[in-house]
Amino acid sequence: MTVVETAGNRLRWLLRGLGQLLITAGVVVLLFCVYELKVTNLYTEQQQKTLDTQLAREWAAPPTSPVGKPGQVHLAAFDDGAGIARIYLPTLGRDQVHVVVEGVTHEDLKKGPGHYPGTAVPGAVGNMVVSGHRTTYGAPFNRLDELHPGDAVVLETRTFFYTYRVTGTTIVSPDALGETDPVPNHPGQVATQRLLTLTTCNPKYSARTRLVVRALLEAPLAKGKGVVPPALQGR
Amino acid sequence: MYSWIWRHLPGPLAVRLGELVVLLAAAVALLFLVVFPRVESLLPYSDVTVNQQPDTASPSP
Repeated sequence: MTVVETAGNRLRWLLRGLGQLLITAGVVVLLFCVYELKVTNLYTEQQQKTLDTQLAREWAAPPTSPVGKPGQVHLAAFDDGAGIARIYLPTLGRDQVHVVVEGVTHEDLKKGPGHYPGTAVPGAVGNMVVSGHRTTYGAPFNRLDELHPGDAVVLETRTFFYTYRVTGTTIVSPDALGETDPVPNHPGQVATQRLLTLTTCNPKYSARTRLVVRALLEAPLAKGKGVVPPALQGR
Repeated sequence: MYSWIWRHLPGPLAVRLGELVVLLAAAVALLFLVVFPRVESLLPYSDVTVNQQPDTASPSP
């Protein structure tokens, strides 16, 4: 099959190649969307399942160091990326429960919401900061903007349920590191309140700003048989 | 490009179809396992934390 080389033939060949290239590029972009919006969720779902099982097993085993007082969590015992607590967002739905992992690196956050190392532990005086994905990797904080003052956010540790109540929502710039201060935006001040700060990217599918939800500890509740904090009842 | 690949696949039609599926699967696997995870870390919407310095340990927290 010899093809007579003419200018028209060459042009047709070029155009066809270009067309195929563009279609391929389009398919690749679509596949990327599928990957981001579906495949990353599968990854996180599987990681969360593993973490939840690990956490349940850890909590069932006798503690390695004395625990008991509210706000005592021995973070030294937790490795980067390990589960440290469960977080419930009951006003957003009964399925809104995630295992919080230690650390906020890219790898940590793929597994679930991440606890800023060095910020307060659940229930403790100070400011516990947790960041989570908004649109990918399970999107744990997808609907954080729907939290209103008074809504409950519950943290579950080995020994306690900590019910926090949302006090307010702010939109800040990505470099607003003051949000992680023990007394938010007052560096150096000694904390007296027990705060929880949740951050995620904002608006959805963008990173122009950060959405920050602040909550204040209402009450710690010691865990026991049949003990369920009021905010989680009826789940 | 695709016709070139099709012409160079060895074997009868059924075998060629099988080869095509394997090639496609390999391409998708390469994208999902290698290319996309790298591209993703360059995109902004996985930035959910507040921080001052551009992250050094990880491309985008």
